[in-house]
Amino acid sequence: MKTFVSKNKDNLITYGIVVVAYAVMEILIKAGLISSLMQGLLVPLCAYVILAVSLNLTVGILGELSLGHAGFMCVGAFTSAFFSKITMNVITVTWIRFTLAIVIGFIAAGLIGFLIGMPVLRLKGDYLAIVTLAFGEIIKNVINVLYIGKDSKGLHFSMKDAVALNLEPEGDVIINGAQGITGTPKNSTFTIGVILILITLFIVLNLIKSRDGRAIMSIRDNVIAAESVGINITKYKLLAFALSAALAGVAGVLYSHNLSSLMATPKNFGYNMSIMILVFVVLGGIGNIRGSIISAVILTLLPELLRGLSNYRMLIYAIVLIAMMLFNWAPKAQAFRDRLLDKLMFWKKKKVTVTEKEGGASDER
Amino acid sequence: MKKFTKLTALALSLAMVVASFTGCGAAAGANTFKIGGIGPTTGGAAIYGTAVKNGADLAIKEINAAGGINGVQIEYNFQDDELDNEKSVNAYNALKDWGMNILVGPTTSGCCVAVAAESVNDNMFQITPSGSSVDCIANDNVFQVCFTDPNQGIGAAAYIGQNNVASKVAVIYDSSDVYSSGIYTKFAQEAANQPFDIVSAEAFTADSKTDFSVQLQKAADNGAELVFLPIYYTEASLILTQAASAGYNFKFFGCDGLDGILGVENFDTSLAEGVMLLTPFAADAKDEKTQKFVADYQAAYGDTPNQFAADAYDAVYIIKAAIEKSGAKPSMSVSELGDALKGAMTQLSVDGLTGAAMTWTADGAVNKAPKAMEIKDGNYALIQD
Amino acid sequence: MSFISYLINGISLGSVYAIIALGYTMVYGIAKMLNFAHGDVIMFGSYAVFTIVSTLSLPTWLGMLVSIILCTVLGITIEAVAYRPLRQASSSLAVLITAIGVSYLLQNVALLIFGANTKSFSSVVSMAPLKLADGGLTITGETIVTISCCIVIMIVLTLFVNKTKAGQAMLAVSEDKGAAQLMGINVNGTISLTFAIGSALAAVAGMLLCSAYPALTPYTGSMPGIKAFVAAVFGGIGSIPGAFIGGIILGIIEIFSKAYISSQLSDAIVFLVLIIVLLVKPTGILGKKIQEKV
Repeated sequence: MKTFVSKNKDNLITYGIVVVAYAVMEILIKAGLISSLMQGLLVPLCAYVILAVSLNLTVGILGELSLGHAGFMCVGAFTSAFFSKITMNVITVTWIRFTLAIVIGFIAAGLIGFLIGMPVLRLKGDYLAIVTLAFGEIIKNVINVLYIGKDSKGLHFSMKDAVALNLEPEGDVIINGAQGITGTPKNSTFTIGVILILITLFIVLNLIKSRDGRAIMSIRDNVIAAESVGINITKYKLLAFALSAALAGVAGVLYSHNLSSLMATPKNFGYNMSIMILVFVVLGGIGNIRGSIISAVILTLLPELLRGLSNYRMLIYAIVLIAMMLFNWAPKAQAFRDRLLDKLMFWKKKKVTVTEKEGGASDER
Repeated sequence: MKKFTKLTALALSLAMVVASFTGCGAAAGANTFKIGGIGPTTGGAAIYGTAVKNGADLAIKEINAAGGINGVQIEYNFQDDELDNEKSVNAYNALKDWGMNILVGPTTSGCCVAVAAESVNDNMFQITPSGSSVDCIANDNVFQVCFTDPNQGIGAAAYIGQNNVASKVAVIYDSSDVYSSGIYTKFAQEAANQPFDIVSAEAFTADSKTDFSVQLQKAADNGAELVFLPIYYTEASLILTQAASAGYNFKFFGCDGLDGILGVENFDTSLAEGVMLLTPFAADAKDEKTQKFVADYQAAYGDTPNQFAADAYDAVYIIKAAIEKSGAKPSMSVSELGDALKGAMTQLSVDGLTGAAMTWTADGAVNKAPKAMEIKDGNYALIQD
Repeated sequence: MSFISYLINGISLGSVYAIIALGYTMVYGIAKMLNFAHGDVIMFGSYAVFTIVSTLSLPTWLGMLVSIILCTVLGITIEAVAYRPLRQASSSLAVLITAIGVSYLLQNVALLIFGANTKSFSSVVSMAPLKLADGGLTITGETIVTISCCIVIMIVLTLFVNKTKAGQAMLAVSEDKGAAQLMGINVNGTISLTFAIGSALAAVAGMLLCSAYPALTPYTGSMPGIKAFVAAVFGGIGSIPGAFIGGIILGIIEIFSKAYISSQLSDAIVFLVLIIVLLVKPTGILGKKIQEKV
């Protein structure tokens, strides 16, 4: 059991890491010390951190496996990009439009998460995983055949092709099936990304601390016990799941407003991406929010920094991923690390006491 | 337990931050042209990215061996984008850090649009070998080597109509692919003006592209004589195999994506007998230039080049022509070079593998004549009008 | 007429899913892990056949034999190196993620060895297609062989698990690893054996998949792998007949949704049916209901 104070301190450290990382990066950018690659990666990094933290809410706190997280990101990305495209000439103040876009992405993804969660959260384990995967694929498939255009008469919809929209000659196809949305304004910035990370952390960390959060975690630990003390299982499961989806939607908003060409491909919104986000969560430690942040950053940067290896890049990436998993999770490796650490500690006795405290606090969830 | 995780994480992130600084500031005072390339070399679309990578590489080696452009050598760096728009922008940024001053790529349309939105800010001269959607060339710094999708769709419909190839046409296309759905849309529009009917238009997606029995049967049930395939050759080879094993006797008609089908290792080319395609390049063409290219490519990379490789090869020679025309120098900044080459592009006329006397308009689209080919005796043969 | 023809097409597509799903379900049933790398083992097996038969022009039977041996060795190695150290890990998700890493690894190794270009696989089935109703209906030799293989494998596996000592050991390990060990069962050996069988099945599945759909690339296995995984869940994962039934039904649904509803939305429809089935029967068609103890 840990005290309320130590948990608060632990959370403060998490916020602190984000703020310090932001400050360091900003200084480096101002000083012109940072590569274009790194600069271009800042916004995607923010999006992936939010995704990892939000999925950790489902996987770590609620204890359910979801393989459809990218689907919610996709919903957030497309609804917000659609909104930004149609209001580009109506709302000319960028920050107002973008704030609205974020809210819309949040609500749309949350709503879809709620609607999907209602029937499927009764399922368990791998069956829930496969159903969420199925929903993710359905979302992607539907968006790929969705055509929406705008002309003076208003919006036109079609599920067939762009010709079937019957647009006036000067009409504009906004969502063009597989071509998706082109020309979304590039509103995402590193600062907004970091603010959104902090808001996400605030929501998730406070939820964990709250009465609701404890109810959710009791469901994770033992459903029957939780039910017997009168916790409304469905309500809390839905709350966590929909909130997790909504936050993924926010990440989608960041993602879509960073690229001028938004398409729903198997690569970015398919099960591959959902699995990638799950990798962030598991590698960082299930239920460990700070771990999710760190592993999302590392695993997003890793393939980019391996670019020098050209053909061997993804091979090395796969090997590193397997090695990190074994190193982090295998009981034998854990024992070996502890022994190694003890030896190290012997030399830095003073430091032991400090790390011990921190380590102890974050070890348990 | 987590202590160690934290330590390793910290060490790793530090290493990464340090690594992110390396590679800065290499560009200044360069005395070579640094050409960058982008395309998928891993993932399901790796065939196309690898072809572009090798095609450009071959051209650059040739040029360097012959003394470079105006005596200036070329350096080349190709980056993987995994067919992902975001990764493509990352690849672009990585190439900028390397000091790239001219870009060949990206290979695919979606990635090309995403990168073009970045390259316009740097006024980087960009020529995409195979990004075929119209959105690719929305900015004035981007030029295409291949035809645009609408151009191909309209061209194919017009060809089928004018030459009375068939009166009932079925289409099988990839609704999850930009290239394929782009061509299909324009084909369907233009078909309304042509003396043939589209009797069935069936799609497949990236997630279900192994079985085509339904699409073929629908074509047969609706009495189609010809099946139009605005798709890439990997799927087309499956369609041809399945059509043959089910005993259908269609004529097949494709666009440039079909080119390369005879190069599929171990493919029974008799299945492709009679397939017609509208393409600017054919690996079996009899002119000396194409034959030399194919032989050199096979010697260097062990594969038969497809149209992507030919487009990339041409792209490099187009850059060479533009540099020679404008007298651009590697010491110019990226933006100055961009302006110089943009100006030169509209005055060029380049004879390449993928077209004779190619010219460009300021909007970036290419003018060249597609050739109608038919596969005969396992070879591409030009159809004479 | 066209209905029957669609049905036949559905069954032939389904039979390919079924044979892949058998391997999936076998491993899941015993080791309780989703082996995401299964599809990539399939791809490796197909490349082995291709190399030996088409590149080296050696006889087909040799290619098949080498492919089965290679996949078996590959399966055992993967299990020993990447999965076994994580068997006692505090979360079962750890091994799932490692399996994904192995999947990436196999794809990229294949990309480096064989290149990205599509290879056209020569069918290992020499049986002529069966023509019915005056040539109006065709059943390909591949379909007949695949379905026969599925049925034979299903029967052999069921007999093996229920009648042999090694099979009983597998059942015991799947029920309770600790108790099995106390009964003197070699848990590591049994799980290795499971992976060996599962991977040998993958080799067979690879040959039949590529015989039916002959475009071979380093990513050939991944999408059919996921579909087969869906099929296995559909039928009740862990159940051997369930995998067969799930595969066939999935194939039929996929073809029918393309034929009668929309070819663009067929993926969505397949998954929608899956969801509905799982909502009605939460453990799949033949899955066992696990009673939760208080």
